[in-house]
Amino acid sequence: MPGARVIARLDIKGPRVVKGIRFEGLRVVGDPNELAKGYYDEGADEIIYIDTVASLYGRNSLDTIISEAVREIFIPITVGGGIRSVDDARGLLRIGADKIAVNTEALKRPGLITELSRALGSQCVVASIQAKRRANGWEAYADYGREHTGIDALEWARKVESLGAGEILLSSVDMDGTGQGYDVELIRSVAENAGIPVIASGGMGSPMHCLEAIRSGADAVALASSLHYKKAGLNEIRACLMDAGISVRQWEERSLS
Amino acid sequence: MSDGRRYKREAMGREVAIIDYGTGNVASVAQALERLGARVELAARPSEVMSADSLVLPGVGAFGDGMRVLKERGLDDALMEYSLTGRPLLGICLGMQLLFESGEEFGSTKGLGLLPGKVAAIPREGEGRARKVPHVGWSAVTPPNGQDWTGSILDGVLPGESVYFVHSYMAVPDMDSCRIAECDYDGCVVTAAIQEGPLVGCQFHPEKSGKTGLRIMRNFLKM
Repeated sequence: MPGARVIARLDIKGPRVVKGIRFEGLRVVGDPNELAKGYYDEGADEIIYIDTVASLYGRNSLDTIISEAVREIFIPITVGGGIRSVDDARGLLRIGADKIAVNTEALKRPGLITELSRALGSQCVVASIQAKRRANGWEAYADYGREHTGIDALEWARKVESLGAGEILLSSVDMDGTGQGYDVELIRSVAENAGIPVIASGGMGSPMHCLEAIRSGADAVALASSLHYKKAGLNEIRACLMDAGISVRQWEERSLS
Repeated sequence: MSDGRRYKREAMGREVAIIDYGTGNVASVAQALERLGARVELAARPSEVMSADSLVLPGVGAFGDGMRVLKERGLDDALMEYSLTGRPLLGICLGMQLLFESGEEFGSTKGLGLLPGKVAAIPREGEGRARKVPHVGWSAVTPPNGQDWTGSILDGVLPGESVYFVHSYMAVPDMDSCRIAECDYDGCVVTAAIQEGPLVGCQFHPEKSGKTGLRIMRNFLKM
């Protein structure tokens, strides 16, 4: 089977990478492509770019950032935030993105997922789910964790697969930025019913957290704060997973002179 | 090729044409080749295919659609003529599959037929349980029968290194000799790379396979 993936996630506002806690209090972290290049060199398996304000302002401003990224970064790139149509998605794929993540517009209009997967193939379509705990289970949030929708996150996770999504980016609003570990209960609840890969996001603070997420059924883990603030390194995480007998991407680190 | 032309090529970086037939990943392939110092042109017309020194056939999507577009634009005949000249041709993903004789997808579609063999769906069942299709992700590639990769397009890659796959179909070559790498996807042996003289193919995406992928593309540029 393909190895467990370790993914760098960059939350973008305007020209900068930002990061908050529980999707709030966003602070500037740095330049997107400087960070992305660094994570690529360290051996990230993929990069995810999420425009944090796109849904709010009605447009995705990642075109320039992605056009630059593809000159230096030769691993799969996922782009999300404010994507409303097949045309939006095609534009991003044309400049070099590999997958498109959708949340807000898909919650409003679930058929978007089907349109995207028919036009581009399900392997291109990532359903981004921002789940926040409530008295009973989890609720799916829109607009980068700002707007509640009343939709049950587990039901929505089951639905996106039948609509044609190829992958789920599962973010825990509660654990995001806390460094206290992934919401393993959420991961387990979604992964148990999912026939498509699940990327766990939100809460990573130590390599052991990644192992917990994978053991709970995640196919991949996404990291943001822990990488941006150098709390954990990609090599350290890879070593932790390998020690536990989980296969990860293998490559030989040699110069390409 | 004259010595003068060879000198110019080495001095200015290898010139490569990527066949542009409306598939999605042209930009990524072009960026990777440029990163390696090649001068990249897009070839959308038969004349541009015929005049290329070195050619890449990328591709994402369905065999039937890919072949139909190549035919509509007269690129299928151009590719067949090009291949007779002995100049290097790299097929990536669907581009590799199209090098074979036929694809079985909603019935059978004729391919370019540059290599004997067919393209078949990855079986959705194996070893008594469901297999996820498409095969997406980083998987290890190994040489069949422990052959040596020295001098091949995989020169310098170590058996067991991972590369990035996204596919639902796989090439099944008639000749074992052209299979230089395979990958075990959940119990299904997938032909991962082929090489037969100047014809090479990668089922995976070297342009998305990090430094391992760039190494493979650089080997192609040296052909």
